[in-house]
Amino acid sequence: MANRINREQVQHVAGLAKLEFTDAELDAFTPQLDDIIGMFETLSEVDTDGVDVTSNVSDQINVMREDVADNWGQSEDLLHNAPDAARGFIKVPAIIDESEDNA
Amino acid sequence: MNFETTIGLEVHIELKTHSKIFSPSPVAYGADPNANTNVIDWGYPGVLPTTNKGVVADGIIAALALHATVEQHTHFDRKNYFYPDNPKAYQITQSDKPIGHDGWVEVDVDGVKKKIGISEMHIEEDAGKNTHERDHSYVDLNRQGTPLIEIVSKPDIASPAEAYAYLEALRQRIQFTGISDVKMEEGSMRVDVNISVRPVGQEKFGTKTELKNLNSFNYVQRGLEYEEKRQQQVLMSGGAVQQETRRFDEKTGETILMRVKAGSDDYRYFPEPDLPALNISDDWIKELDAAMPEMPTKRRERYVNELGLTDYDAMVITQTKEMSDFFDATVALKADPKMAANYLQGDVNAYLNEKQVDLQATKLTPANLAGMINLISDGTISSKMAKKVFKAITDGEEPKAYVEAHGLVQLSDPAKLQPIIDDVLSANPQSIEDFNNGKKRAVGFLVGQIMKQTHGQANPQVVNKLLMTALQQ
Repeated sequence: MANRINREQVQHVAGLAKLEFTDAELDAFTPQLDDIIGMFETLSEVDTDGVDVTSNVSDQINVMREDVADNWGQSEDLLHNAPDAARGFIKVPAIIDESEDNA
Repeated sequence: MNFETTIGLEVHIELKTHSKIFSPSPVAYGADPNANTNVIDWGYPGVLPTTNKGVVADGIIAALALHATVEQHTHFDRKNYFYPDNPKAYQITQSDKPIGHDGWVEVDVDGVKKKIGISEMHIEEDAGKNTHERDHSYVDLNRQGTPLIEIVSKPDIASPAEAYAYLEALRQRIQFTGISDVKMEEGSMRVDVNISVRPVGQEKFGTKTELKNLNSFNYVQRGLEYEEKRQQQVLMSGGAVQQETRRFDEKTGETILMRVKAGSDDYRYFPEPDLPALNISDDWIKELDAAMPEMPTKRRERYVNELGLTDYDAMVITQTKEMSDFFDATVALKADPKMAANYLQGDVNAYLNEKQVDLQATKLTPANLAGMINLISDGTISSKMAKKVFKAITDGEEPKAYVEAHGLVQLSDPAKLQPIIDDVLSANPQSIEDFNNGKKRAVGFLVGQIMKQTHGQANPQVVNKLLMTALQQ
């Protein structure tokens, strides 16, 4: 295997995604992810000289709507779809983390 | 050991748009929980966000108001994190090409002017709101998708007082653009701060700590003052400052450790694939710039240099655009600027505080305030009578009509006042004698008697002048 990614990096990424892997799973996933990155590396064979850097593959630009409010009246259906709801709120397990306003 | 302090501020400002940044749900307060949400706000699979043009315009306006360069080729990025107030598990924000960069505001701390740099500002969506009860937490996504501008300062702020002045300058300039209410007490302005100290001469910045729970500019300053001193003491006793988040306790004025930060956050930003990039045209920027209201700094210069207000008066009048506009309109109606400034700072502010309302929510109008001031200036009413007239104009009454209807006309005609003064003098020979014996108090008594005779309508200046002439004869 080409060592494009190591066990620790896989474990780190899994942690960010709130996933826990056993040692056996790490052993299995690390070479698989390595292969996937390898597959993406074939992209670097494309000659991109003279091609502008882009952040988006769509050729659309400036797709905007006017600032007009429109309430679609979906809250009842959405709450119905939530695992649990009470008094119009989504009810979730108690949040212990004190961090507020991640914005 | 001498230290220097470096403070960084991240300010979130909630924009006053009609609809959310990426969905048409209304932006409104006091709605039932989750009433202003749709499938986009909930991050349902397969939905497509669309950028609100009004938010981009507000971003450009903020950049212009803060002397920043508008990034004309800009786009959104995804910031990935898990939290129950964030249903998509990512926030759409700007990381790579924020809408504005390299701005500044000027602050004045104890008469020393300084430019504080702004490294960048970006537009992004707000998260929902959690409330916690004993066994469960409750999520309201009404705020999810509310547009925000985040403004990040350069490491130019060197003291807690400068931090306060920076926030005040920022608040005023944004308030004058009208894109936000910028009220900390209502959450439309939120401040995150970090601070580090280092020995003078050390090139590397010290380790910084972050402060949370700063609900007013005053708390920002007090929290920073405490933290500045605490870090200095840690360093002087040979210790090392830890990278940590601390909470400001409003009661004790101290900061308390919340958690130690290990390493940096890993948000895995990448360009938002659901939203096409933005190309902001020169014409759009020009159009928004042309519509920009005159900024508070310019207005203060005008008030001091052209209208003769003091620096202090000019500062108070420019606290809000509404107040400043009201002042301009009052002066445009020929009211004396100094008197207009005094009334706005005194009676008007007292009235607003008493009623807990904003100026624009009252029945006060520049026309009626100017009308009242002009009645004082031309001697029709005394400033004492104006107290009654002021009350009337807060009820929306026209001052001249009110004065006439209530007979509040000041007696200024010497020909009418002289006989009354003569009568009072001949009725009080003792006071004349007292005056001649050097008892100045006697004048006050005589003025009182004259005011009584005229039911308080005599012009005090005219009375004083006539009385002194009579007494010195």
